[in-house]
Amino acid sequence: MSAPCLEIEGLSATLANGVRVLRSVSLTVEPGEVRALVGESGAGKSMIGKAVLGVLPPSIRVVEGRIALEGTELGKLAPRASRALIGARTALIPQDPLTALNPSRRIGPQMTDRLVKILGWDGTKADQRIRKLLDDVRIREPDRVLRSYPHELSGGMRQRVLIAAAFAAEPRLIVADEPTTALDVTVQKQILRLIVELQREHGTAILFVTHDLGVVAKISQKVTVLYAGKVVEQADTAALFASPQHPYTRALMAATPRYTDPMASLRPVDEAVLAGLSAEIATADRNWKPNARGSGHD
Amino acid sequence: MTEPLFKVRGLKVALPDMTRKPPFGRAPLVEILKGLDFDLPRRSVTGIVGESGSGKSTLGRSLVRLIEPTGGTIIFDGTDITHLGEQGLAPLRHDLQMIFQDPMSSLNPRRTIGAIIAAPLKHNGLTNVGARVAEALERVGLPPAFATRYRHELSGGQRQRVGIARALALSPKFVLADEIVSGLDVSTQAQILTLLERLADEMELTVAFISHDLSVVRRLCKQVIVMRMGEIVEAGPTDTLFAAPQHPYTRELIAAIPLPEIDPDWLASTPVEEREIQAPSGA
Repeated sequence: MSAPCLEIEGLSATLANGVRVLRSVSLTVEPGEVRALVGESGAGKSMIGKAVLGVLPPSIRVVEGRIALEGTELGKLAPRASRALIGARTALIPQDPLTALNPSRRIGPQMTDRLVKILGWDGTKADQRIRKLLDDVRIREPDRVLRSYPHELSGGMRQRVLIAAAFAAEPRLIVADEPTTALDVTVQKQILRLIVELQREHGTAILFVTHDLGVVAKISQKVTVLYAGKVVEQADTAALFASPQHPYTRALMAATPRYTDPMASLRPVDEAVLAGLSAEIATADRNWKPNARGSGHD
Repeated sequence: MTEPLFKVRGLKVALPDMTRKPPFGRAPLVEILKGLDFDLPRRSVTGIVGESGSGKSTLGRSLVRLIEPTGGTIIFDGTDITHLGEQGLAPLRHDLQMIFQDPMSSLNPRRTIGAIIAAPLKHNGLTNVGARVAEALERVGLPPAFATRYRHELSGGQRQRVGIARALALSPKFVLADEIVSGLDVSTQAQILTLLERLADEMELTVAFISHDLSVVRRLCKQVIVMRMGEIVEAGPTDTLFAAPQHPYTRELIAAIPLPEIDPDWLASTPVEEREIQAPSGA
């Protein structure tokens, strides 16, 4: 297979007032690979995930660049065809499983909906598939879970349910948007292990959005560091941790707490690093000429 | 040997379990803290760690007496405060301060930052409030001009600085810091923690630092209390606890932290999922 699973090229997006929130972002996710997208709040990492899934809020407009799933450029398709392709090839593991699940419906129908209504599977096949995946995520009482309402399950359980649902339709690409941020560390480890296990078994590519360099180190093969909607550094994960090139990446690593080296970690980010970044971004914005601006107003 | 600031013996707290409340009548009580014994030594930062539901926040709230314990005793600076009413607590309140997790919801949106910091000063009848507010802001690295701003004009890190400034404005003996950096980015988190570290040292504060993050606790705290399901599973000096954790739960908590380092074996190490089916093992 030659085409990458996901290819984003020169993606820029602006708010209604013309301020750029994504600045010519390019990245690829190869089949079966985990790419971490790491940055602090406001870096635009979730926005990239939303752009891939075609669910950007209306206030944000993509003004240039392209997104291709397995070689098919989404922008060249009619909206309906684009949504159908996204629906068939991708899935989302969201940050907060409680808000992602409908509180007034049982888990079972929520999990099979996508298979039955969007992919047109018959009910029995969908049910078998869901049970197989619940078993894969080590849910031992599938009947009870399928009959439960979301509030009756713990946070870790809900996240397992959503992981099972994400893998159920055999997507080529999963966007995982901070899937363990709301969880306790021991539960986080279980969930990360499950995601990686299923990802390897199914050969799924994952765009893994996170703010935690620790999580990046443990689950990804490639990493993209973002700041203010701009790619600061991209590398193989092992290479990035061995020798981070950009001062911001180095500063981020030094700020991350480590219990093994308490005095050397938790260093506040140097003002000079941030000033350098602002200058980089100002230069990039000055030289940027949008080649396909939107119509000007909504 | 100086006396510890807090001496806590057999602390029990039970709270109403709203999930089991009958339609009419009272909710049954559920025991959150099951008889805790510990001291908080003066002028040092003690970490209280545990996962959600371990009772660490309930413990913190009992120390500053936002909650009245159902059993045991809390001795603060030689005074038994276990069952003191509001009147009895009033003269102690300025010494029992709090920094909250989410400064967005703990700062009044309709008052200026200056007014928020001034409130406890005025309440305690202090004069020269304007100068004291400026001093409190300066202490946390904010310019005096911030006194006229509102909470929505501040970044997350600046808001948490205001939370610290308010808590420290009265130079308290004790500060409860409950998950004060869990909503912040790592770079901001590092700034706030180094600030708290410096101020605790300069102002000789006794701090109870509640956190789920053992890496942060390792850096900031002299001693640690590890909690699980309303009990203390292990407590001791931070260095000792990290060098040789005694309880399996402590070991598991430490092993579950993803360090920012490549380690291909980490995901497969230690059978964490076994814990869920295990009955809670006593110490």
